[in-house]
Amino acid sequence: MEPKTLFDKVWDAHVVEKIEGGPSVLYIDKHLIHEVTSPQAFAGLESRGLKVFRPEKTVATPDHNIPTVNQHLKIEDELSRNQIETLTANCKKNDITLYGLNHPKNGIVHVVGPELGHTQPGMTMVCGDSHTSTHGAFGAVAFGIGTSEVEMVLATQCILQPKPKRMRITIDGELQKGVTAKDLTLYVIAQLGTGGATGYFVEYAGSAVRNLTMEGRMTVCNMSIEMGARGGMIAPDETTFEYVKGREFAPKGEDWDKAVAKWKELKTDDGAVFDKEYTYKAEDIEPMLTYGTNPGMGTGISGNIPTAEEVEASELPTFKKSLEYMGFGLGDKLLGKKVDYVFVGSCTNGRIEDLRMLASLVKGKKKADSVTAWIVPGSKQVEKQAQEEGLVEVLEEAGFELRQPGCSACLAMNDDKIPAGKYSVSTSNRNFEGRQGPGSRTLLASPLTAAAAAVTGVITDPRELF
Amino acid sequence: MPIDKFTVLESSYVPLPIENVDTDQIIPARFLKATSREGFGENLFRDWRFAADGSENKDFVLNNPKYSGQILVAGKNFGSGSSREHAAWAVHDYGFKVVVSSFFADIFRNNALNNGVLPVIVSPEFLSKVFAAIEEDSSQKLVVDLEEQSISLNGEKEEFEINPYKKNCLLNGFDDIDYLLDKKENIVEFEKE
Repeated sequence: MEPKTLFDKVWDAHVVEKIEGGPSVLYIDKHLIHEVTSPQAFAGLESRGLKVFRPEKTVATPDHNIPTVNQHLKIEDELSRNQIETLTANCKKNDITLYGLNHPKNGIVHVVGPELGHTQPGMTMVCGDSHTSTHGAFGAVAFGIGTSEVEMVLATQCILQPKPKRMRITIDGELQKGVTAKDLTLYVIAQLGTGGATGYFVEYAGSAVRNLTMEGRMTVCNMSIEMGARGGMIAPDETTFEYVKGREFAPKGEDWDKAVAKWKELKTDDGAVFDKEYTYKAEDIEPMLTYGTNPGMGTGISGNIPTAEEVEASELPTFKKSLEYMGFGLGDKLLGKKVDYVFVGSCTNGRIEDLRMLASLVKGKKKADSVTAWIVPGSKQVEKQAQEEGLVEVLEEAGFELRQPGCSACLAMNDDKIPAGKYSVSTSNRNFEGRQGPGSRTLLASPLTAAAAAVTGVITDPRELF
Repeated sequence: MPIDKFTVLESSYVPLPIENVDTDQIIPARFLKATSREGFGENLFRDWRFAADGSENKDFVLNNPKYSGQILVAGKNFGSGSSREHAAWAVHDYGFKVVVSSFFADIFRNNALNNGVLPVIVSPEFLSKVFAAIEEDSSQKLVVDLEEQSISLNGEKEEFEINPYKKNCLLNGFDDIDYLLDKKENIVEFEKE
């Protein structure tokens, strides 16, 4: 048998048929939906007179457009309320499991899927959201789709998809103290650029990746799309099985043993060929920060923004436009720059370990008065756990408060908007112009770097505060 | 949704020589609250097109009466970021039938194709010529021929790639769901395995 990559194993096992010279009909094991990218798909289905083909394989949770305060009250914004009510009605009509607002299992779709055990190794998973790549951390082929494709999955449990090429990114060695999974992924994206993996499906490998927790692996896979990759995945191992075991929708008893036996085969065979390979050393990575308007514009926190000479001539106009938006200059040092807002949350860094990291750094310190901090847990379960572990208390003592779960200021669809011109150190995934609100200026970072900014009011190397 | 048929388009074009135009620029998240597919063109490139007070930003190309047409020409890596199909709907609703760039983000390209908007990938050299030509003459035209898979500027022709399945869909106005619905029996068989 020809050696195969992890990606090929999972993809090939789900191909119903391949269209000559075109895409494949790919069977989808788990479909996640939310309120923003699904209404038009349900409407399309209805106009064709169809019902959802396999409702038990779709799970819904509103997250993008929900408020993060007073969730028990009626949503004030009429359009937002309508979107959430539409999701509820569509799920009811089509027998789809819904973790609605105020449901104890509600939360960001990519936090909820793994924590409930919906996400499992070897699956194909899609969602009308580009950060679906998160679920690849379990050895699933998971990727974001558009609404027409959501409709395809609702109608047929399949999607037409060209097969991406294969890329492997190996990071060996040990991450330094204070360097997190977020820094690892921002480092890789800074190396490859925002379109560096477009057309590829990435497998992350190497000892630094192996040593990450499941939540760290989710952070890494989550950001795959930020270098253009269709998705990212990591071969499942004992860390994965340990995490999945016992979760509500994970296989139980004899089924569990059978599943694990199968999952153990999900790894790239020796000698399997990738279309592209990159190798990095974990020791080279320091806490990372972005300074521009795409996630590839990042540097180590002690570094400077590149000078004109360091930027490729053809890219200089776009680069300068980006810095102008950010209010930064070529060659600027990042340390010491003023910070107005800190956002800790999102499908990238809104899990319990992220809140633990935040709490560990701010414990015994005080939030800087000049900083507004929004701490938004990724789900109701994360919120509950943070309370039970005493993290909320630690945060409150340091002057922080927890908001209610949701996507919040990551994309600022709800009222959680960073004002124009203000600087936000954010644990989310995108620093595009206006992403966190019209005119907002985002610097992407890890929860530790965000915590350091929150207590000092300026860009600070978190390692100095341990 | 059945899509528009596409064969040949000759049109003047709108130049947007910016790289890495992400879907948050194409349609900001705060405009994604609708539950229908219509009307997104109004807010295409919203924060570049309009100032915070809603007045037109005269410097932005869509507000410049010199430029018009059904073809948008953009810098490399167009459509990166979010998977929101609203970006393709906004481009389509505004009236563009073709987007030309030297590089597209994957999800945007799929979304565009699923809405009858043809993404045409050209070489960086050709793209530079297209931008240069419109600086000379704002009524400059491009000809896009899908059957032939070619794009021409003043008689200079370049071929572009598109997979034969998608090409057939666009030429005939077919959509993927119809194709998949035809395959239901095979899908049910696959589930049994």
